[in-house]
Amino acid sequence: MSTVTWVVLAIDAAMLTVAAVLSVLRVARGPRALDRIVASDVLVAVVIASAGLAMVATGSGLLLPVILGMSLLAFTSAVAVGRLIRTKRDIK
Amino acid sequence: MSAFLDGLGLVLLSIGCFLALSAGIAQHRFPDVAARAHAAAKPQVLGLILVLCGVAVTLRQPEVTTMAIVAVVLQLATSPVGSHIVARSSYRYGHLDLDALEVDQIKRDLDSGDLTYPVSQEDSSR
Repeated sequence: MSTVTWVVLAIDAAMLTVAAVLSVLRVARGPRALDRIVASDVLVAVVIASAGLAMVATGSGLLLPVILGMSLLAFTSAVAVGRLIRTKRDIK
Repeated sequence: MSAFLDGLGLVLLSIGCFLALSAGIAQHRFPDVAARAHAAAKPQVLGLILVLCGVAVTLRQPEVTTMAIVAVVLQLATSPVGSHIVARSSYRYGHLDLDALEVDQIKRDLDSGDLTYPVSQEDSSR
């Protein structure tokens, strides 16, 4: 692949890194459980995007089952937390 | 033609990655759960579609394209479920600024008596 391709891929990887760090910060700080679960959904989306980035960089489709599994199961955490939390007092 | 498709794949991938970055920034710029979930839905659906389109256009293998389509369909089916539960919980447990809402359909349903509040008045006033 050409140099331009690698530069674009590196910029994409940098954007995904910043996005992942920002979501992890929100997971760590987020005042309530729901803030954390939304941020962890963003983190899952970042992981899926980086799997796509890795597939384009390596030119192989080996990571597609990973994307498939994550897109199937990513919503379960949100459902579990959304249904399990009780009151504002309990999750503070 | 092959170089054009590679370039198109890179552009699609970059837009998808930018959507993920925008969602990460929105986690710190937006005030409450509903606004953040709104921003978080962009990389989950549109971002995934763009990234997988980029992968399919770059790799150009039929089995990769097929699995990418399956992944997009699965994500379209599952991601609204999680967002819906999160937004509904944040409303019903009193985490949202109700004055900021333009349309409040769940209040209409609650007032009509079809739904019940899950928390006592003592909890919701806290």
